[in-house]
Amino acid sequence: MRSTVLEYDISKVIELARVGKRVDGRALDEMRDFTITLNKFENAEGSAIVQLGETQVISGIKMLVDKPYPDNPNEGAISVGAELLPLAHGDYEYGPPSMDEIEVARVVDRGLRESKAIDFTKLCIKEGEAAFVAFFDFYAVNSDGNLFDAGSIAGIASFLNAKIPKLDEENRIVKQEYAGKIELKRIPLLTTFVKVGGRILVDPTYIEEKAAEARFSVATTDDGFMSAMQKGVGGSFTLEEVNYMIDTGFKVANETRKKLLKMVGKK
Amino acid sequence: MSKEEVIDYKKTKKRLDGRKMDEIRPLSIKVGVIPNADGSAYLEWGQNKVYAAVYGPREALPKHTQNPYKAVIKAVYRMASFSVPDRKRPGPNRRDHEISKVLSEALEKVVFVNQFPNTEIAVMVEVADSNAGSRVACLTAAACALADAGIPMRDLVSAVGVGKAFNEIVLDLNKDEEDAPDAVDVPLAIMPTTGEIVLLQMDGLLTRKEWDAVAALGIKGCQQVYEVQKKALTERFTVEELNKKAVEKAVGVEKNTKKEVVLEKKVDKVDKKEKESKTEKKGKDSKSKKVRK
Repeated sequence: MRSTVLEYDISKVIELARVGKRVDGRALDEMRDFTITLNKFENAEGSAIVQLGETQVISGIKMLVDKPYPDNPNEGAISVGAELLPLAHGDYEYGPPSMDEIEVARVVDRGLRESKAIDFTKLCIKEGEAAFVAFFDFYAVNSDGNLFDAGSIAGIASFLNAKIPKLDEENRIVKQEYAGKIELKRIPLLTTFVKVGGRILVDPTYIEEKAAEARFSVATTDDGFMSAMQKGVGGSFTLEEVNYMIDTGFKVANETRKKLLKMVGKK
Repeated sequence: MSKEEVIDYKKTKKRLDGRKMDEIRPLSIKVGVIPNADGSAYLEWGQNKVYAAVYGPREALPKHTQNPYKAVIKAVYRMASFSVPDRKRPGPNRRDHEISKVLSEALEKVVFVNQFPNTEIAVMVEVADSNAGSRVACLTAAACALADAGIPMRDLVSAVGVGKAFNEIVLDLNKDEEDAPDAVDVPLAIMPTTGEIVLLQMDGLLTRKEWDAVAALGIKGCQQVYEVQKKALTERFTVEELNKKAVEKAVGVEKNTKKEVVLEKKVDKVDKKEKESKTEKKGKDSKSKKVRK
């Protein structure tokens, strides 16, 4: 029953895409509206609830003290985790991390990490001995596609508001006390596209992702850099299509960034 | 809590956060927050913040989990990594598994499970923020989500934490009280109309007499929780709310159909053009044929 409905929806999405239309009436290069709720979760060092269309993710940062990696003794680190909770969709299941969860976490991670937005040396406490590790985890609570961009927005919102825990003389975290904030040198944001019926759609919904021949994400910064790319799903893109998506990615991300910074009170 | 000064609630008459002994922390529930789910709820109870979703009744898989006589209630309790003061490692631990089990069993009593043989009713709860009493928060939210899903139930389940801290019997312990030297923690859940107990756990030292006080206070607390649950559910299912939903849905459909109509018109135009051009072509063809003749 469910799959019959799904097949019908998918064929509808493809049919509309062929004539440049989308089921929800959006333009092909139009992102869904989003809202951000900041620092709702008090146990986290920084947290955000992001609602992108009907997609909802909750996210938070926990900072722990650990020994720096031997090859970077003067740097801290970040870690990104993603869970597609079975709460969020009837298709998701509990269990060890799925391929999709690992991919979305790693793409969000790369967009953030490779942009060098966070100065890891500032997370170092004592060279070779102690450094902060910022664990950013996000969870899908309701899934209607494009967890890449939702996770990316949640990441930036959380990091922009994350407080660094206070330490005692032995570099142990003093609970509920903070000293300083994490600084971001630039703001990288992911923009995700799918190819449906030969057309390129930005910010796909769940059903558009199901209808997709191929998927592409690009992380772009406010100062004109690209920090990560990822092509997914079986199909292919021409170079022209990739270039179009990169250019559109810069444009869409700029608008998203403006809205985001306004929402988190940074501009 | 500093160990030098001994806190005694019998003397202070007030709790660390200013509450009375029989007062619960502020509790609010919103039902129907996850559109994908068949039923859902979001609950805030003090610092505790939890999401609950219900999917089902649906085919129980793998097949050997099916029961030919009843639906299987599969409750799953999980915590987000950032929901506790120290980061929780992803993946379930023994505590998560145990709580999942007692939640499933508490809910099984209220659902008419015999009506849905061979199915599972998945109840998932995710703790996003916590401060003592997260399991009762989850159970309270889960019961609302089940009701929201329209699953036939005998009753709701209302839960509360009760116990002893700083030499006094208290309702709805917070983390500071749970860490008290003489702390006793009793998670308790009842079916509020009959008063039957569906979840009961305890750790700590309690005399027989103290237990009577704890039980009485707990049941009183559950009734308070029940009122909030009823309010959340009636808010969701008032005529106004349902009408609003219906209107929204109708408007949404209208929007879509309008767009489709526009689309169809365009398609019609295209068709007409094609037809015209075809007829033209035909005309030309016939003309050219005539000319040839």
